[in-house]
Amino acid sequence: MTSPVPPPALEVDGSFRPKSDLGFFAGLAILSGVYIVLIVLMLMADATYTTPGTLWAALDSPEIRYAIALSLLSCTFTTVLSLWLSVPIGYVMSRFEFRGKALLDAVLDIPIVLPPLVIGLSLLILFRFAPFRWVSNWVVYEIPSVVLAQLMVACAFAVRTMRTTFDQIPPRQEQVAMTLGCSRGQAFWYVTLPQAETGMLAAATLAWARSLGEFGPILIFSGSTRLRTEVLPTTVFLEMQAGNLRAALAVSMIMVIAALVALVVARVFGRRKSILAGGPI
Amino acid sequence: MIALEGIAVGVGSFALTDISLQVQTGQYGILMGKTGCGKTTLLEAICGLRPISAGRVLLAGRDVSGLKPAERNIGYVPQDKALFTTMNVRRHLAFSLRVRRAEAKLVEERVAEMADLLDIEPLLDRMPQGLSGGEAQRVALGRALASHPRIICLDEPLSAVDEATRDEMYDLLESLQKRTGVTVLHVTHSHSEARRLGDCVLRLEHGRVRQLEPAPTA
Repeated sequence: MTSPVPPPALEVDGSFRPKSDLGFFAGLAILSGVYIVLIVLMLMADATYTTPGTLWAALDSPEIRYAIALSLLSCTFTTVLSLWLSVPIGYVMSRFEFRGKALLDAVLDIPIVLPPLVIGLSLLILFRFAPFRWVSNWVVYEIPSVVLAQLMVACAFAVRTMRTTFDQIPPRQEQVAMTLGCSRGQAFWYVTLPQAETGMLAAATLAWARSLGEFGPILIFSGSTRLRTEVLPTTVFLEMQAGNLRAALAVSMIMVIAALVALVVARVFGRRKSILAGGPI
Repeated sequence: MIALEGIAVGVGSFALTDISLQVQTGQYGILMGKTGCGKTTLLEAICGLRPISAGRVLLAGRDVSGLKPAERNIGYVPQDKALFTTMNVRRHLAFSLRVRRAEAKLVEERVAEMADLLDIEPLLDRMPQGLSGGEAQRVALGRALASHPRIICLDEPLSAVDEATRDEMYDLLESLQKRTGVTVLHVTHSHSEARRLGDCVLRLEHGRVRQLEPAPTA
């Protein structure tokens, strides 16, 4: 009688050593490092090419001061509008199932995938039709057109962010709130919205930063009239056209600083606990 | 009394049809059944969170089938408790009263009453993230009971608490029901919970509700 042969042991002599993790971590470090170093180097290059003198000179120009003011105000206004639109749209897309939702989802992505110039051109064409035509004189090539051009793109990004935010908040708390006496609106206002504040902050930062850099649609839809519809990206473009690289760079640095300040403000606020939590309920 | 009369309710491809059950006023009703048999769906239909396509839901003799969850006056404790992430325990207990625009004095009294009933006074200023399973369960119960509903629905309330806490929670649930006289529908798959707490034990199986305790008279 032969005894059954035991299966060969995998570790014959105990000499097995798992592969080193060094290669994996080195790969991670190199690949992430390349991009991060590029970002930092790019900003450093800008900084070394500008002197505080050219920066002050740029700030001294009334056209540039106007562009800074218009940029900051229009971006802020666009951000507020974007939040008003993106919160309800994000909520509807996250919470409700309905016929045509996939199509609506695709429509909401159009401003993200469309070339910016085309958005500007499309807005220009839109204002040739009633009822838009009736207000065209006060909008096209005027300040409202700057906000509208920024809004068309920035809001699409805010909508994405808000939808993800609401997707991550389980609907159960809202349901419980409804059994406790809340209408749908109250449940949203008292229970869901306070939880969405970090997402709202992210959406606002994104919308603001997108608006600050918006150029193509503004150039087409608002024009580049100095002291009227000139925003900071337009200034960079106009100064480059005039062969004035130093001024273009100085204005770029102003935008870099504004964007960094926005980022820091968003982070600082994001860490603070609950801004809305002290609500009425 | 909680009574379902031939209700039909569906979620996606899953559907329950012609379901009837009854829990008498002031009784502790236990609804048993395997995971996935539709116990939670049934509770949601009672609370008005899921529309029914046929039948009637009667609560305390009133047909609430077409009413919104807010109009049904049911205390609901879901399985995951769903405590409000941005509110402390005190605001949980005050929530249903504040929504009803109750006077501050009444809100304060009711919060104190609930905190005492559930023995959670030291937790009043804590946020839900810092609570243990048993504590969170007490807060969820307090939130559901604060408006003095005549009916409460509990979805597997003891599934996430450890053995020691479980005994404590049995006593708590028992005394709560005795003291408030509330009609309870408690969903579970645990036989020991059913034996310990149930005045009336129902079983949902193969799309039908059968009464196990007290044994139905022929």
